Amino acid sequence: MLDQSYYRKTDEIIEHYGRKAASLIPIMQDIQAEYRYLPGELLTYVASEIGVTEAKAFSVATFYENFSFEPKGKYIIKVCDGTACHVRKSMPVKEALMKELGLSHKKHTTDDMMFTVETVSCLGACGLAPTLTVNDEVHPKMTPEKAVELLEELRGEKA
Amino acid sequence: MSIISKEDLLNKQKEVQDTINTYTCRVLVCSGTGCMASGAQKIYDEMVKLCADLDGVQVEMQKDIPHLGVVKTGCQGLCELGPLMRIQPYDYQYVHVQVEDCKEIVDRTVLAGQPVERLFYRDHEEVCPHPDDIPFLNQQTRIVLENCGKIDAESIDEYIAAGGFQAMAKAFFDMTPQDVIDEVTKSGLRGRGGAGFPAGKKWGQVARQKETTRYVVCNGDEGDPGAFMDGSVMEGDPYKMIEGMVIAAYAVGAENGYIYVRAEYPLSVQRLRMAIEQAEAYGLLGTNILGSGVNFYLHINRGAGAFVCGEGSALTASIEGNRGMPRVKPPRTVEKGLWEKPTVLNNVETYANVPKIILQGADWFRTIGTEGSPGTKTFSLTGAIENTGLIEVPMGTNLRHIIYDIGGGLKSGTAFKGVQIGGPSGGCLIDEQLDQPLDFDSVKKLDAIMGSGGLVVMDENTCMVEVARFFMSFTQRESCGKCVPCREGTKRMLEILERIVAGKGEMSDLDELEELATMVQSMALCGLGKSAPLPVISTLKRFRNEYEEHIRDKKCRAKVCTALRQFHINEEFCIGCGKCAKNCPAGAITGKIKHPYHINNDLCIKCGACKDNCNFDAIYVEA
Repeated sequence: MLDQSYYRKTDEIIEHYGRKAASLIPIMQDIQAEYRYLPGELLTYVASEIGVTEAKAFSVATFYENFSFEPKGKYIIKVCDGTACHVRKSMPVKEALMKELGLSHKKHTTDDMMFTVETVSCLGACGLAPTLTVNDEVHPKMTPEKAVELLEELRGEKA
Repeated sequence: MSIISKEDLLNKQKEVQDTINTYTCRVLVCSGTGCMASGAQKIYDEMVKLCADLDGVQVEMQKDIPHLGVVKTGCQGLCELGPLMRIQPYDYQYVHVQVEDCKEIVDRTVLAGQPVERLFYRDHEEVCPHPDDIPFLNQQTRIVLENCGKIDAESIDEYIAAGGFQAMAKAFFDMTPQDVIDEVTKSGLRGRGGAGFPAGKKWGQVARQKETTRYVVCNGDEGDPGAFMDGSVMEGDPYKMIEGMVIAAYAVGAENGYIYVRAEYPLSVQRLRMAIEQAEAYGLLGTNILGSGVNFYLHINRGAGAFVCGEGSALTASIEGNRGMPRVKPPRTVEKGLWEKPTVLNNVETYANVPKIILQGADWFRTIGTEGSPGTKTFSLTGAIENTGLIEVPMGTNLRHIIYDIGGGLKSGTAFKGVQIGGPSGGCLIDEQLDQPLDFDSVKKLDAIMGSGGLVVMDENTCMVEVARFFMSFTQRESCGKCVPCREGTKRMLEILERIVAGKGEMSDLDELEELATMVQSMALCGLGKSAPLPVISTLKRFRNEYEEHIRDKKCRAKVCTALRQFHINEEFCIGCGKCAKNCPAGAITGKIKHPYHINNDLCIKCGACKDNCNFDAIYVEA
């Protein structure tokens, strides 16, 4: 059971966009921005509030890559694998991060809920390839070594 | 403080121009996505801090319009050399600016008008103090990007000072909606999203529909990996594209407009929101704009990470709150688009072209570019090239000029192999095709598409089979799954390509790839599916020998495909420490301490652990 505060926050978000079917995606986006994932219970709640079926809400949520029903880490690292980054060797950067964090192709988030590592298809900073973002902040011209250093920095912030 | 008439707009323009003219110095900090990533925000903050302490003697900081002395602009073009800064009126272009440089810039340039020479761009040995001295910038024709990098991307006042919204006023008061459509038709402006459909014709079709509720939608879902032109326009000069949308709305009689921006462009969303709020506050969006009786309300929708939403019917489905899946056409978007109403759907760059066409006329527009594709095209130039960045050139410019003269050629020491145009829906062109003019029709003849304008240059270190696999894995992942040819076809093509790069391909795979490619191309439901095989088709045609080498010789000449790499130990460098053998998970390395070790390539799983762990650079890779 989610805390009551989750529903209060969701009510605020629903009010902002209005109780209509077209509000579904922006509402889900704001919920996810708030909690770093989309709790299934809230989606059920949103569906009933804006008048779409639960099945519809889940079908939309699962269609778009950005929505996640799994809680994500405090730092969401998105390694860009757009064409420009790919030809400038972005995958070794991702592999270095996964190795350092003990993640695999099935496991994207560390057990301590600090880091999530994902791939994204182009962040639009191709001139500085390869790039990655940490919670939407772009880091340019990455190398496997720089990526691991970045993890150290982020871990330092925690301490 | 509303602007309620054409006269008001002219007065406002004069007022802002006068204010700008009182500034003895303007510091323009590039704040495009690229430079922001390189730390432009810190530079901006530092400059504001330093200039604010100057008692307002040399740099007038206007209090009620903040940052007018030090402003954040859109992309100045040379992304690789960021953070970038321009200083007016001296027109100095600084590159690689660091926070530590700011004090010197203020002391020398802002206060004394003297340059900081070490921050100038150098073209080989030649120093380039001004943007116009830089080969990358002085060979462009900027219409869409004319303000980008020159005005404050967050201030509508600066856009007005630069002549903004004059085209809108001209359309409202001097032209009928039909005049606007005729002018755009006459200009020959074609949709810059990729297909190149004539914009005026589209508008005319919407205007002729019986249904009177109509919509204007802007496709800002620039999903092609390797393309960032539309993002740069939205970030750098959001007002221009908004003005273009208002003009389109007037022409077709729409009261509501939507901009669909992809989720990965948070800065675009932020600048567009700011631009819309400012325009609404001035009454340049909303009810009875400029007292003309025209109403137009503009909304922003953020994408949610689905490439297929760049397709028209999928995009409108997404705005409606549905899964973004394309539907069968007809009816087309101009007949039944958003909420089943007639809809004008153009992309960012198309709308951004409109104001200037209205102001300067179709005849002027046709003097630029080619007969069949008038105007300019923006490209993002990336990959293995010396100067990466954002460019705008007349249609019909050839790729050789773009790559070698503007882009400065390949990164030092490598040889050109190909250039991918049009992203995962496009094709790969080789050296002998570089002299072809770039416009919608000629590119199509080369088994590629203009696409939205991503140019990714590849050198000899790129494996073309792996590139084909990369694009196919992208389209396969992004396939919405609605139609079988795309869902299954791309999956099977990907399987074959994965086999080939893993060294397990057979010659018959190439025929199968071609057969599947033709099938998907001819039978898929939407543009995403139809164009998905293009990278495979064009690489098979132009780099067939690389495919064959992978299959027959188990060789990847670019040394990219891990499974085909062979690791060897250089006996001259190996001191026989045994570290590689200890780290080899397959037990493929043997030897005696203090004697050179040996790798058994039959047992080797190509993980590279030996190479990573060798302290003496004694392990090398052979293709």
